[in-house]
Amino acid sequence: MSDTLATPILEAPHAEGAESQHMVLNMGPQHPATHGVLRLVLEIDGETVVRLYPEIGYLHTGIEKTCEAKFYQQIVPLTDRVNYLDPLSNNLGYALAVERLLGIEIPEKAQWLRVLLVELSRLNSHLIWLGTHAMDIGALTVFLYTFREREEILRLFEAVAGQRMMTSYIRIGGLAMEPPIDFLARVQAFIKTMPEHIDEYSNLLTGNPIFIDRLKGVGHLSAADAIALGVTGPVLRASGVDIDLRRDMPYSSYEKFQFNVPISNGCDVWARYEVRMIEMRESVKIIQQALDGMPEGAIKANAPKVVLPEREKMKTQMESLIHHFKIVTEGFNVPAGEVYQGMECGHGQMGYYVVSDGTAKPLRVHMRYPSFATLQALETMCKGRLLADVVAVIGSIDIVLGEIDR
Amino acid sequence: MSQALLDKESVLAQMANHPAVAALSAGDRPLLAEAKWQFEELTVYVAREDVVTACLAVQAAGYNFLEDLTAVDWLPRTPRFQVSVHILSHSLKERIRIAVLLEEESPAMDSVTAVWPSANYFEREVFDLMGIRFNGHPNLRRIMLPEEWEGHPLRKDYPVEGYR
Repeated sequence: MSDTLATPILEAPHAEGAESQHMVLNMGPQHPATHGVLRLVLEIDGETVVRLYPEIGYLHTGIEKTCEAKFYQQIVPLTDRVNYLDPLSNNLGYALAVERLLGIEIPEKAQWLRVLLVELSRLNSHLIWLGTHAMDIGALTVFLYTFREREEILRLFEAVAGQRMMTSYIRIGGLAMEPPIDFLARVQAFIKTMPEHIDEYSNLLTGNPIFIDRLKGVGHLSAADAIALGVTGPVLRASGVDIDLRRDMPYSSYEKFQFNVPISNGCDVWARYEVRMIEMRESVKIIQQALDGMPEGAIKANAPKVVLPEREKMKTQMESLIHHFKIVTEGFNVPAGEVYQGMECGHGQMGYYVVSDGTAKPLRVHMRYPSFATLQALETMCKGRLLADVVAVIGSIDIVLGEIDR
Repeated sequence: MSQALLDKESVLAQMANHPAVAALSAGDRPLLAEAKWQFEELTVYVAREDVVTACLAVQAAGYNFLEDLTAVDWLPRTPRFQVSVHILSHSLKERIRIAVLLEEESPAMDSVTAVWPSANYFEREVFDLMGIRFNGHPNLRRIMLPEEWEGHPLRKDYPVEGYR
Protein backbone atom coordinates (compact mmCIF):
# COMPACT_ATOMS: atom_id res chain seq x y z
CA MET A 1 0.00 0.00 0.00
CA SER A 2 1.02 3.63 0.05
CA ASP A 3 4.31 4.45 1.69
CA THR A 4 4.21 8.22 1.41
CA LEU A 5 1.45 8.19 3.99
CA ALA A 6 4.54 7.58 6.11
CA THR A 7 7.00 10.30 5.00
CA PRO A 8 6.59 13.34 2.79
CA ILE A 9 8.57 13.28 -0.44
CA LEU A 10 10.31 16.60 0.01
CA GLU A 11 11.91 15.35 3.23
CA ALA A 12 12.90 11.88 2.12
CA PRO A 13 13.14 11.46 -1.63
CA HIS A 14 13.73 7.90 -2.72
CA ALA A 15 17.50 7.71 -3.06
CA GLU A 16 18.13 4.85 -5.43
CA GLY A 17 21.81 5.45 -5.87
CA ALA A 18 23.51 8.63 -7.04
CA GLU A 19 22.33 8.17 -10.63
CA SER A 20 18.64 8.32 -9.66
CA GLN A 21 16.70 10.11 -12.38
CA HIS A 22 13.68 10.82 -10.17
CA MET A 23 12.24 14.30 -10.19
CA VAL A 24 10.02 15.96 -7.60
CA LEU A 25 7.06 17.78 -9.13
CA ASN A 26 4.55 20.08 -7.48
CA MET A 27 0.97 19.88 -8.68
CA GLY A 28 -1.22 22.56 -7.20
CA PRO A 29 -2.26 24.14 -4.89
CA GLN A 30 -3.80 26.02 -7.80
CA HIS A 31 -3.94 23.44 -10.53
CA PRO A 32 -7.30 23.37 -12.36
CA ALA A 33 -7.55 19.58 -12.16
CA THR A 34 -7.22 19.46 -8.37
CA HIS A 35 -10.78 20.83 -7.92
CA GLY A 36 -9.77 23.29 -5.25
CA VAL A 37 -6.61 24.03 -3.36
CA LEU A 38 -5.05 20.61 -3.13
CA ARG A 39 -1.29 20.36 -3.39
CA LEU A 40 0.20 17.10 -4.61
CA VAL A 41 3.93 16.49 -4.34
CA LEU A 42 4.84 13.87 -6.91
CA GLU A 43 8.04 11.94 -7.28
CA ILE A 44 8.24 10.94 -10.91
CA ASP A 45 10.52 8.76 -12.97
CA GLY A 46 10.14 10.12 -16.48
CA GLU A 47 6.35 10.26 -16.70
CA THR A 48 5.70 7.45 -14.22
CA VAL A 49 4.51 8.29 -10.73
CA VAL A 50 6.76 6.73 -8.12
CA ARG A 51 5.26 8.36 -5.05
CA LEU A 52 2.56 10.90 -4.35
CA TYR A 53 2.05 12.99 -1.21
CA PRO A 54 -1.10 15.09 -0.76
CA GLU A 55 -0.69 18.34 1.19
CA ILE A 56 -4.00 19.60 2.54
CA GLY A 57 -5.22 22.28 4.90
CA TYR A 58 -5.22 25.30 2.59
CA LEU A 59 -8.96 25.75 3.12
CA HIS A 60 -9.01 24.98 6.84
CA THR A 61 -11.41 27.38 8.53
CA GLY A 62 -11.93 25.67 11.88
CA ILE A 63 -15.63 25.03 11.33
CA GLU A 64 -15.66 22.43 14.11
CA LYS A 65 -14.29 24.98 16.58
CA THR A 66 -16.79 27.60 15.39
CA CYS A 67 -19.64 25.14 16.01
CA GLU A 68 -18.73 24.94 19.70
CA ALA A 69 -19.36 28.67 20.08
CA LYS A 70 -22.82 28.65 18.49
CA PHE A 71 -26.32 27.56 19.46
CA TYR A 72 -27.44 24.28 17.92
CA GLN A 73 -29.74 25.97 15.40
CA GLN A 74 -27.02 28.44 14.35
CA ILE A 75 -24.81 25.60 13.11
CA VAL A 76 -27.11 24.64 10.22
CA PRO A 77 -25.78 27.41 7.90
CA LEU A 78 -22.21 26.37 8.69
CA THR A 79 -22.88 22.83 7.49
CA ASP A 80 -23.82 24.12 4.01
CA ARG A 81 -20.36 25.47 3.56
CA VAL A 82 -18.50 22.25 4.27
CA ASN A 83 -19.46 20.37 1.13
CA TYR A 84 -20.76 23.15 -1.07
CA LEU A 85 -21.81 20.81 -3.87
CA ASP A 86 -24.22 18.76 -1.79
CA PRO A 87 -25.59 21.29 0.73
CA LEU A 88 -28.84 19.56 1.66
CA SER A 89 -27.11 16.30 2.62
CA ASN A 90 -24.98 18.24 5.09
CA ASN A 91 -28.06 19.92 6.56
CA LEU A 92 -29.77 16.54 6.87
CA GLY A 93 -26.83 14.78 8.53
CA TYR A 94 -26.54 17.46 11.19
CA ALA A 95 -30.30 17.77 11.73
CA LEU A 96 -30.71 13.99 12.13
CA ALA A 97 -27.93 13.82 14.72
CA VAL A 98 -29.40 16.61 16.87
CA GLU A 99 -32.95 15.27 16.46
CA ARG A 100 -31.81 11.91 17.83
CA LEU A 101 -30.28 13.62 20.86
CA LEU A 102 -33.50 15.59 21.37
CA GLY A 103 -35.67 12.55 20.72
CA ILE A 104 -38.16 14.38 18.51
CA GLU A 105 -40.29 12.74 15.84
CA ILE A 106 -40.27 14.29 12.38
CA PRO A 107 -43.59 14.31 10.47
CA GLU A 108 -43.76 11.95 7.52
CA LYS A 109 -44.16 14.68 4.93
CA ALA A 110 -41.01 16.40 6.13
CA GLN A 111 -39.10 13.12 5.93
CA TRP A 112 -40.26 12.48 2.37
CA LEU A 113 -39.47 16.02 1.29
CA ARG A 114 -36.04 15.60 2.84
CA VAL A 115 -35.45 12.45 0.80
CA LEU A 116 -36.60 14.24 -2.35
CA LEU A 117 -34.34 17.21 -1.72
CA VAL A 118 -31.32 15.13 -0.74
CA GLU A 119 -31.66 13.11 -3.93
CA LEU A 120 -31.86 16.32 -5.96
CA SER A 121 -28.74 17.40 -4.12
CA ARG A 122 -27.04 14.10 -4.99
CA LEU A 123 -27.96 14.64 -8.65
CA ASN A 124 -26.47 18.12 -8.38
CA SER A 125 -23.25 16.70 -6.95
CA HIS A 126 -23.01 13.95 -9.57
CA LEU A 127 -23.68 16.42 -12.40
CA ILE A 128 -20.78 18.60 -11.28
CA TRP A 129 -18.59 15.51 -10.94
CA LEU A 130 -19.48 14.36 -14.45
CA GLY A 131 -18.95 17.76 -16.05
CA THR A 132 -15.63 18.49 -14.40
CA HIS A 133 -14.34 14.92 -14.69
CA ALA A 134 -15.06 14.85 -18.42
CA MET A 135 -13.51 18.30 -18.79
CA ASP A 136 -10.33 17.12 -17.05
CA ILE A 137 -10.13 14.25 -19.52
CA GLY A 138 -10.58 16.68 -22.40
CA ALA A 139 -14.28 16.24 -23.28
CA LEU A 140 -15.25 19.88 -22.85
CA THR A 141 -18.80 19.67 -24.18
CA VAL A 142 -20.33 17.54 -21.43
CA PHE A 143 -19.66 20.27 -18.86
CA LEU A 144 -22.04 22.62 -20.67
CA TYR A 145 -24.81 20.03 -20.75
CA THR A 146 -24.50 18.98 -17.11
CA PHE A 147 -24.44 22.58 -15.93
CA ARG A 148 -27.64 23.23 -17.86
CA GLU A 149 -29.43 20.62 -15.71
CA ARG A 150 -27.61 21.71 -12.59
CA GLU A 151 -28.93 25.23 -13.16
CA GLU A 152 -32.46 23.80 -13.11
CA ILE A 153 -31.74 22.01 -9.80
CA LEU A 154 -30.35 25.24 -8.33
CA ARG A 155 -33.53 27.02 -9.39
CA LEU A 156 -35.55 24.37 -7.55
CA PHE A 157 -33.39 24.92 -4.45
CA GLU A 158 -33.94 28.64 -4.79
CA ALA A 159 -37.69 28.07 -4.97
CA VAL A 160 -37.79 26.19 -1.66
CA ALA A 161 -34.99 27.86 0.28
CA GLY A 162 -34.52 31.27 -1.33
CA GLN A 163 -30.89 30.32 -1.85
CA ARG A 164 -29.23 28.53 -4.72
CA MET A 165 -26.25 26.92 -3.01
CA MET A 166 -26.19 27.61 0.72
CA THR A 167 -29.72 26.37 1.27
CA SER A 168 -29.95 25.78 5.07
CA TYR A 169 -33.42 24.48 4.28
CA ILE A 170 -33.39 21.32 6.41
CA ARG A 171 -33.57 22.52 9.99
CA ILE A 172 -33.56 20.81 13.35
CA GLY A 173 -37.14 19.56 13.72
CA GLY A 174 -38.19 19.61 10.09
CA LEU A 175 -37.90 22.06 7.23
CA ALA A 176 -37.55 25.83 7.21
CA MET A 177 -40.89 26.55 5.52
CA GLU A 178 -43.55 25.06 3.26
CA PRO A 179 -42.30 24.64 -0.30
CA PRO A 180 -44.10 26.84 -2.86
CA ILE A 181 -47.40 25.49 -4.25
CA ASP A 182 -46.03 24.59 -7.68
CA PHE A 183 -42.79 23.10 -6.33
CA LEU A 184 -43.68 19.42 -6.72
CA ALA A 185 -45.00 20.07 -10.24
CA ARG A 186 -41.71 21.76 -11.14
CA VAL A 187 -39.72 18.85 -9.75
CA GLN A 188 -41.95 16.48 -11.74
CA ALA A 189 -41.33 18.42 -14.94
CA PHE A 190 -37.60 18.37 -14.33
CA ILE A 191 -37.44 14.69 -13.41
CA LYS A 192 -39.40 13.71 -16.50
CA THR A 193 -36.64 15.04 -18.74
CA MET A 194 -33.72 13.85 -16.64
CA PRO A 195 -33.39 10.24 -17.98
CA GLU A 196 -33.12 11.66 -21.52
CA HIS A 197 -30.41 14.03 -20.39
CA ILE A 198 -28.47 11.18 -18.76
CA ASP A 199 -28.73 9.31 -22.08
CA GLU A 200 -27.37 12.42 -23.73
CA TYR A 201 -24.28 12.51 -21.49
CA SER A 202 -23.87 8.80 -21.93
CA ASN A 203 -23.99 9.13 -25.73
CA LEU A 204 -21.23 11.70 -25.59
CA LEU A 205 -18.95 9.66 -23.35
CA THR A 206 -19.70 5.95 -23.03
CA GLY A 207 -18.78 5.08 -26.61
CA ASN A 208 -16.06 7.69 -26.98
CA PRO A 209 -12.78 5.82 -27.68
CA ILE A 210 -10.57 8.57 -26.18
CA PHE A 211 -12.66 8.67 -23.02
CA ILE A 212 -12.55 4.87 -22.73
CA ASP A 213 -8.78 4.76 -23.24
CA ARG A 214 -8.21 7.38 -20.56
CA LEU A 215 -10.47 5.63 -18.01
CA LYS A 216 -10.32 1.87 -18.48
CA GLY A 217 -7.78 0.06 -16.31
CA VAL A 218 -6.64 3.34 -14.71
CA GLY A 219 -6.56 3.90 -10.95
CA HIS A 220 -6.96 0.30 -9.83
CA LEU A 221 -8.10 -0.07 -6.22
CA SER A 222 -8.91 -3.52 -4.86
CA ALA A 223 -11.76 -4.06 -2.41
CA ALA A 224 -9.36 -4.95 0.42
CA ASP A 225 -7.28 -1.80 -0.15
CA ALA A 226 -10.41 0.31 -0.39
CA ILE A 227 -11.68 -0.91 2.98
CA ALA A 228 -8.25 -0.59 4.61
CA LEU A 229 -7.83 2.98 3.34
CA GLY A 230 -11.27 4.17 4.43
CA VAL A 231 -12.78 4.62 0.97
CA THR A 232 -16.57 4.95 0.84
CA GLY A 233 -19.42 5.67 -1.51
CA PRO A 234 -19.35 5.17 -5.28
CA VAL A 235 -15.58 4.51 -5.26
CA LEU A 236 -16.02 1.66 -2.77
CA ARG A 237 -18.99 0.25 -4.68
CA ALA A 238 -16.96 0.39 -7.90
CA SER A 239 -14.45 -1.87 -6.14
CA GLY A 240 -17.16 -4.47 -5.62
CA VAL A 241 -18.16 -3.79 -2.00
CA ASP A 242 -21.93 -3.82 -1.64
CA ILE A 243 -22.69 -1.17 0.97
CA ASP A 244 -25.00 1.81 0.81
CA LEU A 245 -26.18 3.34 4.07
CA ARG A 246 -29.43 4.48 2.44
CA ARG A 247 -30.40 0.85 2.03
CA ASP A 248 -28.43 -0.85 4.81
CA MET A 249 -28.88 1.56 7.71
CA PRO A 250 -31.83 3.64 6.52
CA TYR A 251 -32.55 7.12 7.87
CA SER A 252 -35.28 9.66 7.15
CA SER A 253 -37.65 6.89 5.89
CA TYR A 254 -35.36 5.67 3.10
CA GLU A 255 -36.61 2.15 3.96
CA LYS A 256 -39.88 3.04 2.20
CA PHE A 257 -38.21 3.59 -1.16
CA GLN A 258 -37.24 0.97 -3.72
CA PHE A 259 -33.96 1.48 -5.51
CA ASN A 260 -31.00 -0.52 -6.70
CA VAL A 261 -27.47 -0.04 -5.47
CA PRO A 262 -25.13 -0.30 -8.47
CA ILE A 263 -22.00 -2.38 -7.91
CA SER A 264 -19.09 -2.93 -10.25
CA ASN A 265 -16.09 -5.21 -9.98
CA GLY A 266 -14.03 -3.10 -12.37
CA CYS A 267 -12.08 -1.40 -9.53
CA ASP A 268 -10.94 1.32 -11.99
CA VAL A 269 -11.90 4.85 -13.00
CA TRP A 270 -14.26 3.49 -15.65
CA ALA A 271 -16.14 1.41 -13.05
CA ARG A 272 -16.59 4.55 -10.92
CA TYR A 273 -17.96 6.37 -13.95
CA GLU A 274 -20.45 3.58 -14.63
CA VAL A 275 -21.55 3.33 -10.98
CA ARG A 276 -22.22 7.06 -10.72
CA MET A 277 -24.11 7.13 -14.02
CA ILE A 278 -26.46 4.39 -12.75
CA GLU A 279 -26.74 6.14 -9.38
CA MET A 280 -28.08 9.22 -11.15
CA ARG A 281 -30.83 7.13 -12.74
CA GLU A 282 -31.63 5.56 -9.35
CA SER A 283 -31.88 9.02 -7.78
CA VAL A 284 -34.40 9.96 -10.44
CA LYS A 285 -36.40 6.84 -9.51
CA ILE A 286 -36.33 7.76 -5.81
CA ILE A 287 -37.47 11.31 -6.54
CA GLN A 288 -40.33 9.94 -8.68
CA GLN A 289 -41.42 7.66 -5.81
CA ALA A 290 -41.28 10.58 -3.40
CA LEU A 291 -43.44 12.66 -5.73
CA ASP A 292 -45.97 9.86 -6.23
CA GLY A 293 -46.37 8.99 -2.58
CA MET A 294 -45.87 12.40 -0.97
CA PRO A 295 -47.88 12.25 2.30
CA GLU A 296 -49.97 15.10 3.62
CA GLY A 297 -49.25 16.82 6.88
CA ALA A 298 -46.95 19.16 8.69
CA ILE A 299 -43.38 19.93 7.74
CA LYS A 300 -42.22 20.76 11.25
CA ALA A 301 -42.18 18.62 14.37
CA ASN A 302 -44.53 19.46 17.21
CA ALA A 303 -41.77 20.67 19.51
CA PRO A 304 -42.40 24.33 20.37
CA LYS A 305 -39.23 24.61 22.45
CA VAL A 306 -37.05 23.61 19.50
CA VAL A 307 -38.84 24.65 16.32
CA LEU A 308 -39.47 28.31 15.65
CA PRO A 309 -43.23 29.11 15.61
CA GLU A 310 -45.09 30.23 12.50
CA ARG A 311 -44.72 33.92 11.86
CA GLU A 312 -48.43 34.61 12.23
CA LYS A 313 -48.70 32.75 15.53
CA MET A 314 -45.69 34.61 16.84
CA LYS A 315 -47.40 37.92 16.14
CA THR A 316 -50.73 36.96 17.65
CA GLN A 317 -50.09 34.50 20.48
CA MET A 318 -48.17 35.28 23.65
CA GLU A 319 -46.92 31.70 24.12
CA SER A 320 -45.47 31.49 20.63
CA LEU A 321 -43.84 34.87 21.08
CA ILE A 322 -42.14 33.62 24.27
CA HIS A 323 -40.93 30.43 22.57
CA HIS A 324 -39.60 32.42 19.63
CA PHE A 325 -37.80 34.84 21.92
CA LYS A 326 -36.29 32.02 24.01
CA ILE A 327 -35.05 30.00 21.01
CA VAL A 328 -33.49 33.02 19.32
CA THR A 329 -31.86 34.56 22.39
CA GLU A 330 -30.81 31.57 24.47
CA GLY A 331 -31.20 28.54 22.22
CA PHE A 332 -32.57 25.25 23.48
CA ASN A 333 -30.92 22.73 25.76
CA VAL A 334 -30.08 19.37 24.25
CA PRO A 335 -29.91 16.31 26.55
CA ALA A 336 -26.39 15.20 27.38
CA GLY A 337 -24.97 12.37 25.32
CA GLU A 338 -23.15 11.57 22.12
CA VAL A 339 -24.56 10.59 18.75
CA TYR A 340 -22.90 9.59 15.51
CA GLN A 341 -25.22 9.94 12.54
CA GLY A 342 -23.87 8.38 9.38
CA MET A 343 -25.43 8.89 6.00
CA GLU A 344 -24.69 8.47 2.33
CA CYS A 345 -24.02 11.76 0.55
CA GLY A 346 -22.99 12.18 -3.07
CA HIS A 347 -19.32 11.45 -2.48
CA GLY A 348 -19.63 8.67 0.07
CA GLN A 349 -20.31 8.14 3.74
CA MET A 350 -20.68 11.29 5.73
CA GLY A 351 -21.00 11.37 9.49
CA TYR A 352 -21.92 13.90 12.13
CA TYR A 353 -20.64 13.19 15.64
CA VAL A 354 -22.37 15.52 18.07
CA VAL A 355 -21.49 15.51 21.76
CA SER A 356 -23.78 17.41 24.10
CA ASP A 357 -23.21 18.33 27.73
CA GLY A 358 -26.82 19.35 28.26
CA THR A 359 -26.46 23.04 27.40
CA ALA A 360 -27.61 25.05 24.37
CA LYS A 361 -24.23 24.85 22.65
CA PRO A 362 -22.63 21.59 21.57
CA LEU A 363 -19.53 20.38 23.40
CA ARG A 364 -18.13 18.97 20.17
CA VAL A 365 -19.29 18.65 16.58
CA HIS A 366 -17.12 16.44 14.43
CA MET A 367 -17.79 16.02 10.73
CA ARG A 368 -16.63 12.91 8.96
CA TYR A 369 -16.47 13.63 5.28
CA PRO A 370 -15.73 11.03 2.61
CA SER A 371 -13.13 12.90 0.54
CA PHE A 372 -10.83 13.25 3.57
CA ALA A 373 -10.46 9.48 3.94
CA THR A 374 -10.60 8.73 0.21
CA LEU A 375 -7.64 11.03 -0.40
CA GLN A 376 -5.44 8.50 1.43
CA ALA A 377 -6.09 5.99 -1.34
CA LEU A 378 -4.89 8.39 -4.06
CA GLU A 379 -1.32 7.15 -4.01
CA THR A 380 -2.31 3.49 -4.19
CA MET A 381 -4.41 4.30 -7.26
CA CYS A 382 -1.77 6.40 -9.03
CA LYS A 383 1.44 4.53 -8.26
CA GLY A 384 3.26 3.17 -11.28
CA ARG A 385 0.90 4.94 -13.68
CA LEU A 386 1.45 7.93 -15.92
CA LEU A 387 1.29 11.49 -14.65
CA ALA A 388 -1.74 12.21 -16.85
CA ASP A 389 -3.63 9.42 -15.07
CA VAL A 390 -3.41 11.32 -11.79
CA VAL A 391 -5.85 13.84 -13.26
CA ALA A 392 -8.28 11.07 -14.23
CA VAL A 393 -8.04 9.47 -10.78
CA ILE A 394 -8.63 12.76 -8.93
CA GLY A 395 -11.71 13.27 -11.09
CA SER A 396 -12.94 9.76 -10.32
CA ILE A 397 -12.85 10.16 -6.53
CA ASP A 398 -14.97 13.30 -6.86
CA ILE A 399 -12.93 15.39 -4.49
CA VAL A 400 -14.24 18.47 -2.67
CA LEU A 401 -11.59 20.40 -0.79
CA GLY A 402 -14.09 22.20 1.41
CA GLU A 403 -15.01 18.94 3.08
CA ILE A 404 -11.41 17.77 3.40
CA ASP A 405 -10.10 20.87 5.13
CA ARG A 406 -13.28 21.98 6.94
CA MET B 1 -34.07 -2.12 22.57
CA SER B 2 -34.80 1.53 23.07
CA GLN B 3 -34.13 2.21 26.75
CA ALA B 4 -30.68 3.38 27.69
CA LEU B 5 -28.25 1.11 29.54
CA LEU B 6 -25.79 3.33 31.26
CA ASP B 7 -23.28 1.01 32.91
CA LYS B 8 -21.19 -2.03 32.15
CA GLU B 9 -23.24 -4.40 34.32
CA SER B 10 -26.54 -3.71 32.59
CA VAL B 11 -24.93 -3.85 29.13
CA LEU B 12 -23.30 -7.20 29.96
CA ALA B 13 -26.58 -8.49 31.41
CA GLN B 14 -28.80 -7.51 28.48
CA MET B 15 -26.45 -7.46 25.49
CA ALA B 16 -24.06 -10.33 26.22
CA ASN B 17 -24.78 -11.78 22.77
CA HIS B 18 -23.93 -8.60 20.92
CA PRO B 19 -20.92 -9.52 18.72
CA ALA B 20 -18.75 -6.64 19.88
CA VAL B 21 -19.61 -7.07 23.57
CA ALA B 22 -18.97 -10.81 23.30
CA ALA B 23 -15.64 -10.28 21.52
CA LEU B 24 -14.43 -7.81 24.14
CA SER B 25 -15.56 -9.77 27.22
CA ALA B 26 -14.17 -13.11 26.02
CA GLY B 27 -10.60 -14.19 26.75
CA ASP B 28 -8.64 -14.40 30.00
CA ARG B 29 -8.42 -10.63 30.45
CA PRO B 30 -11.66 -8.80 29.68
CA LEU B 31 -11.02 -5.67 27.63
CA LEU B 32 -14.29 -4.00 28.44
CA ALA B 33 -13.59 -1.29 31.01
CA GLU B 34 -17.00 0.34 30.81
CA ALA B 35 -19.90 0.31 28.37
CA LYS B 36 -23.11 2.11 27.61
CA TRP B 37 -26.04 1.81 25.24
CA GLN B 38 -27.64 5.17 24.59
CA PHE B 39 -29.44 6.73 21.62
CA GLU B 40 -29.37 3.27 19.99
CA GLU B 41 -25.59 3.36 19.95
CA LEU B 42 -23.17 1.10 21.76
CA THR B 43 -20.12 2.74 23.32
CA VAL B 44 -17.40 0.52 24.75
CA TYR B 45 -14.68 2.10 26.85
CA VAL B 46 -11.31 0.37 26.83
CA ALA B 47 -8.14 1.14 28.74
CA ARG B 48 -5.44 3.10 26.94
CA GLU B 49 -3.02 0.19 26.67
CA ASP B 50 -5.75 -2.17 25.35
CA VAL B 51 -6.89 -0.13 22.38
CA VAL B 52 -5.07 -2.03 19.63
CA THR B 53 -6.02 -5.41 21.13
CA ALA B 54 -9.63 -4.28 21.36
CA CYS B 55 -9.62 -3.05 17.75
CA LEU B 56 -8.23 -6.39 16.57
CA ALA B 57 -10.89 -8.22 18.61
CA VAL B 58 -13.81 -6.27 17.12
CA GLN B 59 -12.26 -6.51 13.67
CA ALA B 60 -12.28 -10.30 14.03
CA ALA B 61 -15.91 -10.06 15.16
CA GLY B 62 -16.93 -8.48 11.84
CA TYR B 63 -16.45 -4.76 12.44
CA ASN B 64 -14.27 -4.34 9.39
CA PHE B 65 -14.41 -0.66 8.50
CA LEU B 66 -12.99 2.28 10.44
CA GLU B 67 -15.44 5.04 9.69
CA ASP B 68 -14.18 7.81 11.89
CA LEU B 69 -11.67 8.61 14.60
CA THR B 70 -11.83 11.82 16.58
CA ALA B 71 -11.40 13.26 20.06
CA VAL B 72 -13.44 15.23 22.60
CA ASP B 73 -12.07 17.63 25.19
CA TRP B 74 -14.09 17.27 28.40
CA LEU B 75 -12.34 20.07 30.34
CA PRO B 76 -12.71 20.47 33.36
CA ARG B 77 -13.70 16.81 33.80
CA THR B 78 -10.99 14.21 34.43
CA PRO B 79 -9.77 12.29 32.54
CA ARG B 80 -9.81 15.24 30.20
CA PHE B 81 -9.66 13.72 26.71
CA GLN B 82 -11.75 11.08 25.00
CA VAL B 83 -10.72 9.51 21.71
CA SER B 84 -13.78 8.08 19.91
CA VAL B 85 -13.30 5.48 17.21
CA HIS B 86 -16.39 4.70 15.12
CA ILE B 87 -16.29 1.29 13.50
CA LEU B 88 -18.80 0.04 10.98
CA SER B 89 -19.53 -3.54 10.10
CA HIS B 90 -20.36 -4.08 6.45
CA SER B 91 -21.84 -7.52 7.18
CA LEU B 92 -23.77 -6.75 10.38
CA LYS B 93 -24.86 -3.29 9.12
CA GLU B 94 -24.06 -1.86 12.48
CA ARG B 95 -21.74 0.64 14.09
CA ILE B 96 -19.96 0.70 17.45
CA ARG B 97 -17.93 3.32 19.22
CA ILE B 98 -14.70 2.45 21.00
CA ALA B 99 -13.81 5.20 23.45
CA VAL B 100 -10.50 5.72 25.20
CA LEU B 101 -10.15 8.19 28.06
CA LEU B 102 -6.82 10.01 28.35
CA GLU B 103 -5.34 12.12 31.14
CA GLU B 104 -4.54 15.80 30.66
CA GLU B 105 -0.81 15.31 31.23
CA SER B 106 0.82 14.55 27.81
CA PRO B 107 -2.13 12.60 26.36
CA ALA B 108 -1.05 9.69 24.18
CA MET B 109 -2.31 6.31 23.02
CA ASP B 110 -1.22 3.61 20.61
CA SER B 111 -1.96 4.25 16.97
CA VAL B 112 -4.57 2.02 15.34
CA THR B 113 -2.98 2.47 11.89
CA ALA B 114 -1.62 -1.08 12.23
CA VAL B 115 -5.22 -2.35 12.27
CA TRP B 116 -6.75 0.13 9.83
CA PRO B 117 -4.30 2.16 7.69
CA SER B 118 -7.14 4.64 7.10
CA ALA B 119 -6.67 5.89 10.68
CA ASN B 120 -3.57 7.72 9.40
CA TYR B 121 -5.23 11.04 8.44
CA PHE B 122 -7.76 10.91 11.26
CA GLU B 123 -5.02 10.49 13.88
CA ARG B 124 -2.98 13.27 12.31
CA GLU B 125 -6.01 15.52 12.50
CA VAL B 126 -6.54 14.70 16.18
CA PHE B 127 -2.83 15.30 16.84
CA ASP B 128 -2.94 18.61 15.00
CA LEU B 129 -6.13 20.05 16.46
CA MET B 130 -6.33 18.34 19.86
CA GLY B 131 -2.70 17.61 20.69
CA ILE B 132 -3.03 13.90 21.40
CA ARG B 133 -0.02 11.79 20.43
CA PHE B 134 -0.35 8.39 18.76
CA ASN B 135 2.54 6.03 19.47
CA GLY B 136 3.67 4.08 16.44
CA HIS B 137 2.02 6.38 13.90
CA PRO B 138 4.06 6.37 10.67
CA ASN B 139 3.88 10.11 10.02
CA LEU B 140 2.61 12.06 13.02
CA ARG B 141 2.77 15.67 11.87
CA ARG B 142 0.28 18.51 11.55
CA ILE B 143 -2.19 18.03 8.72
CA MET B 144 -4.43 21.13 8.67
CA LEU B 145 -2.30 23.83 10.25
CA PRO B 146 1.23 24.98 9.36
CA GLU B 147 4.07 23.13 11.08
CA GLU B 148 5.04 26.17 13.15
CA TRP B 149 1.54 26.74 14.57
CA GLU B 150 1.34 27.16 18.33
CA GLY B 151 -1.26 25.25 20.33
CA HIS B 152 -4.08 22.93 19.42
CA PRO B 153 -7.22 24.86 18.41
CA LEU B 154 -9.88 22.28 19.31
CA ARG B 155 -8.84 22.24 22.95
CA LYS B 156 -11.32 24.00 25.20
CA ASP B 157 -8.65 26.30 26.65
CA TYR B 158 -7.78 27.61 23.16
CA PRO B 159 -9.77 30.81 22.51
CA VAL B 160 -12.20 30.72 19.59
CA GLU B 161 -10.61 33.79 18.02
CA GLY B 162 -7.11 32.33 18.47
CA TYR B 163 -4.23 33.67 20.53
CA ARG B 164 -3.74 37.39 19.98
